[in-house]
Amino acid sequence: MSIVEAQPALDPTERAEIRNLIGHYPTARAAAIDALKLVQQRRRYIGDNLLAEIAHLLGLPAAELDGLATFYNLIYRKPVGQTVILLCDSITCWITGRDHLAQHIERRIGIKPGETSADGRFTLLPIVCLGHCDHAPAMMANDVLHGNVDPATLDAMFDATPLP
Amino acid sequence: MNTAPDRPLTRNIHRGAPHFDIAAYERADGYRAVRDTLGKTDPAAIVHMVTESGLTGCGGGGFPTGLKWQLMPSAAQRPGPRYFVVNADEMEPGTFKDRLLLEGDPHQMIEGIILSAYAVEANMSYIFIRGEYVTAIERLSTAIAEATAAGLLGENILGSGYNLSIQVHAGAGRYICGEETALLNSLEGHRAIPRAKPPFPQISGLWGCPTIVNNVETICNIPHIVRYGAAWYRSLGINGGVGTKIYGVSGRVNHPGAFELPMGTTLHDMIEHHAGGMKTGYELRAVLPGGASTAFLPGDQLDVSMTAQAMAAHGTRLGTGTAIVLDDHTCPVGFIANLQQFFARESCGWCAPCRDGLPWVERILKSIEAGTGMIDDLDTLAEMTGNLGPGRTFCALAPGAMASLQSGLRYFSAEFTRHIETRACAWT
Repeated sequence: MSIVEAQPALDPTERAEIRNLIGHYPTARAAAIDALKLVQQRRRYIGDNLLAEIAHLLGLPAAELDGLATFYNLIYRKPVGQTVILLCDSITCWITGRDHLAQHIERRIGIKPGETSADGRFTLLPIVCLGHCDHAPAMMANDVLHGNVDPATLDAMFDATPLP
Repeated sequence: MNTAPDRPLTRNIHRGAPHFDIAAYERADGYRAVRDTLGKTDPAAIVHMVTESGLTGCGGGGFPTGLKWQLMPSAAQRPGPRYFVVNADEMEPGTFKDRLLLEGDPHQMIEGIILSAYAVEANMSYIFIRGEYVTAIERLSTAIAEATAAGLLGENILGSGYNLSIQVHAGAGRYICGEETALLNSLEGHRAIPRAKPPFPQISGLWGCPTIVNNVETICNIPHIVRYGAAWYRSLGINGGVGTKIYGVSGRVNHPGAFELPMGTTLHDMIEHHAGGMKTGYELRAVLPGGASTAFLPGDQLDVSMTAQAMAAHGTRLGTGTAIVLDDHTCPVGFIANLQQFFARESCGWCAPCRDGLPWVERILKSIEAGTGMIDDLDTLAEMTGNLGPGRTFCALAPGAMASLQSGLRYFSAEFTRHIETRACAWT
């Protein structure tokens, strides 16, 4: 059993930005996804204490916000690596060899889908069709879309990413 | 540039060239329809024109757009906030047409929203876009800022007295958000679970107010219909289709891609002439004509025109119009197992048949693929296609999932049986 350290509390800027997001909608809870994404962008994942703070700002019970956070694929409730690799596992990418890419990732950096490398550099997650099927197989790495991915694309990324 | 284009949706999209900013878009006759219409044409006249054009929803449902709009009570009948929502949550496996439009010509999207929102008398519009479409989100945000600075959005647009704001809402990823009532729940900050219908969103949608939800491609047609008329739009189609459609194909073809073609183009024509046919050494066995939730069309039936009617006559659906090819080097059982894995994972979990049934289907298919299936499994799968079929679940996700399974069990029964009898997959 591993114990995850609490993340530092929201700073005044983050709190102000969340209040600003709430102002974009007729109800506070409509800003929930925007707020979670905003914090995750800076903190990589939403730990329990941050979840509780965001929920408080939105006027929601923490459990209610957790119900949202865990429903959506792109909100991470557990620590993730410096680079999150979203490797498409939908049909066209499957036809064109995404399983071989997943095997290559495991061989090179030792992680399976859902896992983070021991050095904290990479997390591998499966993702729904990225709408790049004419360049399958496709993946996103920290918001950058890659098409026609082959082992060389992955190797270049592994070699270029420094330790966190 | 006053002649009517024959490929209106992609007229500004050129491979390798940058997308148009507002100046380039206006030089190419862009926002002409907005300038000619706002404050000058009665909103009801636009609804009428769109109805006459025969435009149908391009997101997969194929519902007539004009009729959808007519079902919304007028602002006089129902005072208060009204919303126009863009469904840019493109997540149907094998579909990449809306991304082309959003990234390729963002101002066409904005112009379509202005005209559509004006027609349905809405003053607020949300673009619900999947969070992974980072480039599209950026370009839309820039286009909105440019249009606002040019007086095409905001208060009293072009002195017409009409007000409109557009807000981009990036989602956090879930296929079910593409279902319009689940999308509205997500936008309100709830889990994306479909709502019971009726009431339909036109009556009680976003925050209980009258709301229209339309797909990206559908809305991008509106400026052209307004500018050149319903008769012109209808004349663009062939073989009984109206207008144009962004068709597409992926898989082992020479030139996978999206192509704007006359609605009604045959699947054969699209694959052979626009996608360059199959790659050397591969043969086409079957096609999912319109995304993961459409039924297989066998390779000897490709001479069908890609309209909703013709596809229905062949036992499948037009869906999103972007096809996925199953070739002879790919295991049909594995192909179907991959589709079911997607649907099982993306089920919202609200209704039991879908939440529990789809993972069961996935497990059976994967065991057959791995060579550990039993012959009785085929009866179970066939039974599931009924239990998860239309009318048995809360929304259309599970029935969509069953389309490929049901047709696949029929067309590939020999392959299913062979996996079970030989206890192996011949493709691995």
